[in-house]
Amino acid sequence: MPASTPPASPPSFSTLTLRWYRLNRGGLRATAIGIISLLAFLLVWHLLTTYRVVFFVRFTNVPSPLAVYASFTKAIHDPKFLLHVLLSCRRIFFGFSLAAIVAVPLGLIMGRFKVVHEIIFPVAEVLRPIPAIAWVPMAIMLWPTNEQSIVYITFLGSFFPILVNTLHGMSLVDPVLVRAAQCLGARERSIFRDVYFPASLPHIFTGLTVGMGVAWVSLIAAEMISGQYGIGYFTWEAYSLVQYADIALGMIAIGVLGLGSSMLIRGAGQLVMPWRLK
Amino acid sequence: MSEVVVKAPQGHIEVKNFSLSYDSIEGPVEAVTDTQIHVKPGEFVSIVGPSGCGKSTLLNAVAGFLKPTTGIVTVDGEKVNGPSAERGMVFQQYSLFPWKTVRENVEFGLKMRGMPRSQRERAARTLLGLAGLEAFEKHYPEKLSGGMKQRVGIVRALATGPKVLLLDEPFGALDAQTRVIMQQILTNMWQRLKISVLFVTHDIDEAIFLSDRVYCMTARPGSIKAEIPIPLERPRQQSMMMSSEFLGLRRGLMSLIREESIKAMGGELNDMGMQGLNIELHGHSLADVI
Repeated sequence: MPASTPPASPPSFSTLTLRWYRLNRGGLRATAIGIISLLAFLLVWHLLTTYRVVFFVRFTNVPSPLAVYASFTKAIHDPKFLLHVLLSCRRIFFGFSLAAIVAVPLGLIMGRFKVVHEIIFPVAEVLRPIPAIAWVPMAIMLWPTNEQSIVYITFLGSFFPILVNTLHGMSLVDPVLVRAAQCLGARERSIFRDVYFPASLPHIFTGLTVGMGVAWVSLIAAEMISGQYGIGYFTWEAYSLVQYADIALGMIAIGVLGLGSSMLIRGAGQLVMPWRLK
Repeated sequence: MSEVVVKAPQGHIEVKNFSLSYDSIEGPVEAVTDTQIHVKPGEFVSIVGPSGCGKSTLLNAVAGFLKPTTGIVTVDGEKVNGPSAERGMVFQQYSLFPWKTVRENVEFGLKMRGMPRSQRERAARTLLGLAGLEAFEKHYPEKLSGGMKQRVGIVRALATGPKVLLLDEPFGALDAQTRVIMQQILTNMWQRLKISVLFVTHDIDEAIFLSDRVYCMTARPGSIKAEIPIPLERPRQQSMMMSSEFLGLRRGLMSLIREESIKAMGGELNDMGMQGLNIELHGHSLADVI
């Protein structure tokens, strides 16, 4: 390690670069390793498919990364593909937003008022283990249009993770904070708004992140079974039409959309909870 | 600002024929029994006693969190019927709202009282300035040291101009040096505000250094064993803790508490166990003390 820079003269560009590098070494390292590992993944995929490896698993028909890239360049100019993506996003938006709008307040109220908890919790516990996919036939019966039943499935998928996490957050609120608020003259409503709600927010956001993941799982399953549009339908249709590159393209699109939506939620969480920033 | 900072001397706490018991499967368990205490307006009173003696229970009843089983708690003749901003409280656990900045924490009570934003901002700044915390007004509590958190906690409790300030071992979690500084700060604020203080601690030095009067409680079920006036003159300095007057008071309180502590642990200790502990017996035999 070199000795520290002399204090008198302003640090030169090279010392600043060096310092910046030293401070951010950990992050740079992680990024570099991340890029290398993604490239390695692509290379392995490329080799397995180019040489059509059969070793328990058969890569005979699996599309190569280049084939997928070719079908990607074609797809982004295809309005139909964009419509698939757009419709899936719209379903996620409605299904997930409805779930958040219902589950968060419900969880807060259940956490605060024992009677509501006692009434609703048993029903929720019975319905919760049913996977959203198992609701597909029932949803088709319940809702007049296909679109509504798919949104309903998405809603169900994200509803329970959000509810359960909100309840969990409410149960962990430090009672001393509630007492502190009471000693400062807070009434029921402000205790709810200024203590219980912000105290539960970190868990609510955990619920929203998990809920978003499950929303995508449920949406894709529902689209594969009963859709006419959507990225899940696109993927399944590609299989039926023997367009193998499109299968991988659909999968990657789902992955990217899922990643993007959870990043949105994380960003929202940082905006809403500035005190949690390091 | 003056309406926030300076308050007419009031805040007469009276606890009469007080007892409090919890329900358990074996029947009611008495935590505090047959207790009378009072705090005169502007007086600083401490309660000391062995752990588990019910001193916090008593304080929580004055705060309004617990209802007495028998007896009555009044402040200025009014019965205590639940927590209120008239009785500010500082807790042993850090109790700042993590999602509010230091200033927002101090403003909270004023906001509850419906004070307009600009006014309460100014009031909070003034109070934080008195406690030497104005530089930290925009910080979130997580970034503060333990001593600073408790200082903000005290400022927050005082911001609404309560009649009495209740403190439940507020410095228990702090290191010895910080604790001494905090005691000085609390004394200064108390003298400036002329507020009545009821202070619970198990630290005898702290109780003597801060108080006008000290109540010593018995082991569970707790009751008042002794009431000791502290005639040390004010303002008090750290150096007074070495004076013979202070040490005399300390020795007296020490032996009172030790008796109760030994009683409280009576089931757990025998003479063999006690020999390992270096207990000052002041010429008494161990058997006498127990």
